[in-house]
This record gives sequence, structure tokens and C-alpha cells, in this order.
Amino acid sequence: MFWNALLLAMREIRRNVLRSALTILGIVIGVAAVIVMVTLGGGVTLQVTQQIASLGSNLLMITPGKRMGPGQNVGAAPFSVDDAIALARDIPQLVAVAPMASRSMTVVYGNANWSTQITGSTNDFFKARNWTAKSGRLFSNSELRAGAAECVIGQTVRQKLFGNQDPIGTHIRMQQIDCEVIGLLESKGQSTMGTDQDDLVVIPLRALQRRIAGNQDVNIIQVSVRDGVSTSRVQQEIERLMRERRHLSGNEENDFSVMDMKEITKMLTGTTQVLTALLGAVAAVSLLVGGIGIMNIMLVSVTERTREIGIRLAIGALEREVLLQFLVEAAVLSSFGGLVGIVLALAASVGLASVLNVPFVFNASIVAIAFVFSAAVGLVFGYFPAKKAARLDPIEALRHE
Amino acid sequence: MNNAIIPVTELRQVTKTYGRGTAAMQALRGVDIVIQPGEFVAVMGPSGSGKSTCMNILGCLDTPTTGNYLFQGVEVGNLTRDQRAILRRQYLGFVFQGYNLLNRTTALENVELPLIYRGDTIEVRHQLAREALAAVGLAGWEDHTPGELSGGQQQRVAIARAIVTKPAVLLADEPTGNLDTSRSQEIMAILTQLNKEQGITIIMVTHEPDMASYARRTIHFRDGLVVPEHEIKHEGGA
Repeated sequence: MFWNALLLAMREIRRNVLRSALTILGIVIGVAAVIVMVTLGGGVTLQVTQQIASLGSNLLMITPGKRMGPGQNVGAAPFSVDDAIALARDIPQLVAVAPMASRSMTVVYGNANWSTQITGSTNDFFKARNWTAKSGRLFSNSELRAGAAECVIGQTVRQKLFGNQDPIGTHIRMQQIDCEVIGLLESKGQSTMGTDQDDLVVIPLRALQRRIAGNQDVNIIQVSVRDGVSTSRVQQEIERLMRERRHLSGNEENDFSVMDMKEITKMLTGTTQVLTALLGAVAAVSLLVGGIGIMNIMLVSVTERTREIGIRLAIGALEREVLLQFLVEAAVLSSFGGLVGIVLALAASVGLASVLNVPFVFNASIVAIAFVFSAAVGLVFGYFPAKKAARLDPIEALRHE
Repeated sequence: MNNAIIPVTELRQVTKTYGRGTAAMQALRGVDIVIQPGEFVAVMGPSGSGKSTCMNILGCLDTPTTGNYLFQGVEVGNLTRDQRAILRRQYLGFVFQGYNLLNRTTALENVELPLIYRGDTIEVRHQLAREALAAVGLAGWEDHTPGELSGGQQQRVAIARAIVTKPAVLLADEPTGNLDTSRSQEIMAILTQLNKEQGITIIMVTHEPDMASYARRTIHFRDGLVVPEHEIKHEGGA
């Protein structure tokens, strides 16, 4: 009986190609929207985790000031180089301690100029971020001690200032200082926040303090924890040490904060997942509307086909056979719509992912869910019109014009 | 009395009332009809005389309000909607005035439709449908849709659909109503042939005495009752 219903339903769909195509349009769009949203959301989540991993997995960031909720710090005394030295000396679980200070500035080479971030730090800055030089070299100890006018640049800066030219050995100007390019960093791509990680110039910390900032301040200390060591325990030790160094008494709150990049990862992936779910839910509404569209067309189709249903009933079709035929028709239509939607969505996702610079992550489960859901939509919204068709009185239906 | 032959259809004091209370309309007011296997019966009468209601009851599309309808000895009034549907698909064939074919569907598919509901395999369906189309003189027209066929051809497809299940009774409701005289005669020739060669009982409603003359017996309806035969002769003579 099911195969017969399928046969009759397929004939019916074939008889009305245009109407069938219009009927499934809503489902196609709904399914495509859900899949595109969830796929792109998955891509963004993956990107966030990858970028944070590229930043250095066991990274802790120590910043002065209290944390007043996300991103809000109350001003407090900056750190000094001695703080970094003390951390490196007293906490053996740290493999790299990078004191950092930075300024935004325009760098000039020949006719080209580019506004970028100048970071003063030590070689530990590269170590903490698993960053290596693609060409040239990093700083030597004597250069770091002396605060030499030398710099290591990121790929974006190279591209903006030098084009395809080799930058090693050339001199770039930043304000009054003339700085030799000694190294070019590997590309790291976009960061989680959407900023370009390759858009930077690194100079020795002392050079920044003396020649640009004119003070001894350290704004951030980045530390990297040895693999296999609990970051939360190291975090506590850092807090204890820094409290001591900043002379905080027992009941005073910290006037600095230690952030674990893993927590930030969790927070950000959590956020993107919530956003994905939200967008998916909005898209699911359009799928629902698509389902109502199917019901609408099926209802019209029952009225339009009243006479035909009368013929079927008169020549001996059972109520449940007519019901099944209409149900199968709706289910076939909507699941076909689902299939078209899936194909469309995958094409759109691949395209959008490359446009938005997000990795394409094929999510088999959402594709399966969307397909099953679209078929279910057909069954649910097809039931009412099907029931209406099956209940018709053959005599009345045959008289219908 | 010898009851060796069971009548194919037998109406006993059948009444049919539509509506209730003051709005009630009595379409049939106690009809007795007995039709034997192999008969060719024409049903005549002015509109509103109850002949359509009677055809619906004979075709098991409707049930009597009171009285009995025995189809091959089985009381139809007690059957469920589904049981009557099965009875229709096994023993009854319908031909309508307006052909009632599925449009944009080939002649072969139209004819095999009752066989699909009966659950036959595709080979059996095609075999029987081709035979039925051949029997009405439409061999070679299997792949044409109703839109590509003339009225007479469409009605022949409809007849093929009605006889493809080899029914006991063929109910035809003004089968020539939409056709010109020569097409009508073709259709009547086919019906007569089916009646003679395959022994199918035919009950046909018609307005035209010419068409009724093909039948071997005519039942006249008036005001919800069957007119007794001697009164017809009387009227005809007057």
C-alpha cells in the first residue's frame, strides 16, 4: 500500500511540476538558512579555538588594574622590568616571561607609511607565542640590554611597506628613530577579536621605553606555563608573588589581574556557540514558515482536486489510501525540498566561508537533522489537508466543478 | 420459485431522505428493483425524480435511509465506508457523463488506476490496462493524455477504466450526455458488446430514448418511485 501511495504521489508531483517547485521553495530556503547559519557558526567557533591555540596554549596575561567585569580595568600602577625578572626567578613552572609595552605609531619606509602597533618586549615574547622568524633573526642579548634601534616586523607590515621586496637589512622610520629591520615573522593570521596579528613591529623593550615612551613602564607581562603544569596553580602563585611585590595587605583586593587564555577561549567559543544557536533558531522559524507554505498549497490542492479525489474514492480507493497518498506527497515534496536546500546550503556555505575568511566545517549532524526535520514538516503540515481529502464524500466530490 | 440465480442487485422498499425536520426531502419513497446478472437496464426519468440517488445507492456510494439493498445477496446497508470501497473496487465499474479522467495523465495510467488500488503488480496492471483499452478500440493510444483525445475517445478510456477490473456491474451515468449522435452510437455499441460478450451487467442512466432503446429493459422514475411498467405503456399509448 505504501509503494502504491508513493507511485501515485510521484505521478501527482510530476503532473504539477511548477506548483510542486513553488511549494517546496519555502522548505528549500528554510533548510538552507539553518544549515548555512550553523555551518558558518561552527567555522567561526573553530577559527576562534585555532587562533587562541596559535597564540600559545598555556599563556597567562598579567595586566595592572582591577578587573571590573569584562574588559574594564581600573587604573593602577604599571609593572616594571623587575617584576618580570622576579616572576622568572621565583616561579620555575614558567618557560617564558615577556614584559611588554606598546604604542600605536606610523612607520615609514621610502614613500610608504603604515600605522601599526609598536611592541617593546624581549625574545620571550616570541617564545610565549610559539612565534619564529621566517627570515632574518630575532634579537641578541646585547641588543636587548642596549635597547638597540632594531626591529622584527610582521607579515602585514612587510606587505604594506615593502611589497614583495626583501625587508631584511633595510631601515624604517618611526617618529624620530631610525630602525634596522633584522627579522620577519611567520604569518599568524587574524586573531579571535578580528584584529590582524601580523600587523606589528617588535623592538627591544628598552628601546621602546627609552626612545619612544620615555618611561620605565611595563603594561603587560605575558607568561607561558610549562606543558603539563596546572595553569590555575601557577596563576595563584603569580598572584601571591605580585601581591607581595605590590605591597598589598591581606584584605586589599588585587590591583592587577592574571588572565588565563584558556578561559578566554572558553568564553569566546561559548559566545559564538550561543550566537550560532540563536541564528539557527531564527533560521528554523523560516523552516516552520516553509512548512505552513506546504500546508497552504496542499489545502488549495485538495480543493482543486476534489473531483479527482471523488474519482479515486468512487473506483474503490480506501480513506486511508487517499490519506496516505496526500501524506506521502507532502513528505516527498518537503524532503525533496530539504535535499535541494542541503545542496544549496553547502554551496552557499563554502562560498560564504571563503568570502568571510572563515574555515568551512561540514557538520553532518545538522544536515541530517535539517533533512529529517523537513520531512517531518511535510508530514505534520500535510496531515490536515490529507485528512480533509480522505474524508470527502465521493458523491459530493464528483459533483464538484 | 427457483432462486438458483441470485439477483446481482436487489432494492427492497428503499427510501432515501436528505435533511431533517421541515427541511427533509424524500428523494426515494420505497423503491423495489431487481436486476439479474447479464441484464442491460436503462434508467430514465425527469431530473429530481430520484434516479441519481438510486444510482448512488446501486453504486454503493450511498446507503438507503430505510429498506434493504442486497448486492449479490449481501446487505450493503450494514457495510462500513471502507467495506463499500472494497466492494466497489472488486465488483463495480463507473462511467460518468463528464468522463472524469485524471488530466495530464496518460490513458494507460488512467485505466490502471483501479488496479493500483487493488494491489496488482505492474506487469498485471499494464497487461490488463492494454487489454481494456483494446476492448474499447483504443489500442495504440495508451500514451495519450485526455487533452490529446476527443470526447468520444475520452469516454472510451473511461469505459476501459471501468471494465479493467472485470466488474460484475457497470454503472453508467449519462455516458453519452456530452457526445454527438455518431459518437454516442459508438459508445452504445461498445456497451452492448461488453454486455453480450463479457456478460457484464449494465445499468445506464439516460435522458435520450434513442440510447435507452439499446437496453433490454427500461426503468422509469417519477417523484421518487419506480413507475410500474403497465403505466408506461398506458402513457406511451396516450
